[in-house]
Amino acid sequence: MKGEKLERALEEAGGMPSLEISLELVRECENIASGEFSPLTGFMGREDYEEVLDHMRLSSDLPWTIPIVLHTERERTDGFGDGREIVLTHEGRPVALMEVEESFPLDRKRHALGVYGTDDPDHPGVAKTNSMGGLLLGGEIRLLTQTESVFPQYHLRPIETRILFKEKGWRTVVGFQTRNVPHMGHEYLQKTSLSFTDGLLINPVIGRKKPGDFKDEVIIKAYQSLIENYYLRERAVLVTLQLDMRYAGPREAIFHSIVRKNYGCTHFIVGRDHAGVGNYYEPYAAHEIFENFPDLGISPLFFTSFFHCKRCGGVANDKTCPHPDSDHESFSGTRIRSLLTSGKRPPQEIMRPEIADIVLGWEEPFVA
Amino acid sequence: MDDKKKFTTVSIPTPLFKKVEERIRDTGFTSVSSYVAYVLREVVSEEAEEEEPFTEEDEERVKERLRALGYID
Repeated sequence: MKGEKLERALEEAGGMPSLEISLELVRECENIASGEFSPLTGFMGREDYEEVLDHMRLSSDLPWTIPIVLHTERERTDGFGDGREIVLTHEGRPVALMEVEESFPLDRKRHALGVYGTDDPDHPGVAKTNSMGGLLLGGEIRLLTQTESVFPQYHLRPIETRILFKEKGWRTVVGFQTRNVPHMGHEYLQKTSLSFTDGLLINPVIGRKKPGDFKDEVIIKAYQSLIENYYLRERAVLVTLQLDMRYAGPREAIFHSIVRKNYGCTHFIVGRDHAGVGNYYEPYAAHEIFENFPDLGISPLFFTSFFHCKRCGGVANDKTCPHPDSDHESFSGTRIRSLLTSGKRPPQEIMRPEIADIVLGWEEPFVA
Repeated sequence: MDDKKKFTTVSIPTPLFKKVEERIRDTGFTSVSSYVAYVLREVVSEEAEEEEPFTEEDEERVKERLRALGYID
């Protein structure tokens, strides 16, 4: 909101009960308000929440796989009940107005099993669920103010990316989700996909990470270098997405596709174990889940495992390479991290030297 | 929400039902209803018209920002 509208809303907010929310929930509010989470216009009520958990669809039957909920503790809602408008605050600053249409208890086990397929507390998403407040509030929101973007020059909202793609004359756009510094395998996926579309949206996820993940600043710097030196400006753009990873595997693959559809993408790259963690999900469960959504509105581009083949002389996969495993070098994240952590450049067929140098030049490139 | 509110009955000719039943044999579809729901979702989503979600004014404002950020000339 801006100008007089904002002033009036802030005045209204002054007389309302308030509820302090985390930065993560602030980001959810912003993504709801700006269209990343379209068609959502607020936090989920019970009907949508249960439909999403049980059937991976909203009550309107539109595909949706990850519950978007506002959690709190019951004692923090003293002073307001269902049907009341409240102001959501963060560090005392008003963030959004919310009409609390309903409240309902969180069943943590049901939530974890539904979203993550496990209630193992070692799964980061389950750990997060176990730390959530026991009450869920559902209702529409009106965003008052926006937080400062971590990378303002790369932070575009869906309306902006759609206009960007229109200006560039891109009728087909492939989205690439990442939370890693690029290696040659990523470049292969992106450029292969770009061969069949007009444009490429490189869309790193900026937000809550787990220990061992690359820091956001390192990822952005690496992609700046890669795009500048190895991509055509008229064919590839870098835009950040402020979103916490859930590590929900297949469900999150669908969720990520929907977000990129909202950006204006027509296609979305889905690799092996998309949004996975550890061994919780089968390697290609994130491909198979798309069979349930003929109405998703964005086409997945599935990639199976790929590797560098010394004899093929480049990146290949099991459909294009006839050579034995002994000729293959993998793009193992563990191996790449291990080399970088010990101060070594990975082989150039695995990672471009200038990208490796960016990581090596950073004092602590990984999240602690 | 109970199942009565979530589903409604649609009539199709019996010969068509039998054709579909035959068609889905040995597939992942467990019922004619689930297959029909799948097909209809696909058809409905393809037919949904998408209006441009922004006005000319929005477009000009955004283009200014995109130029300032270097995304377009």
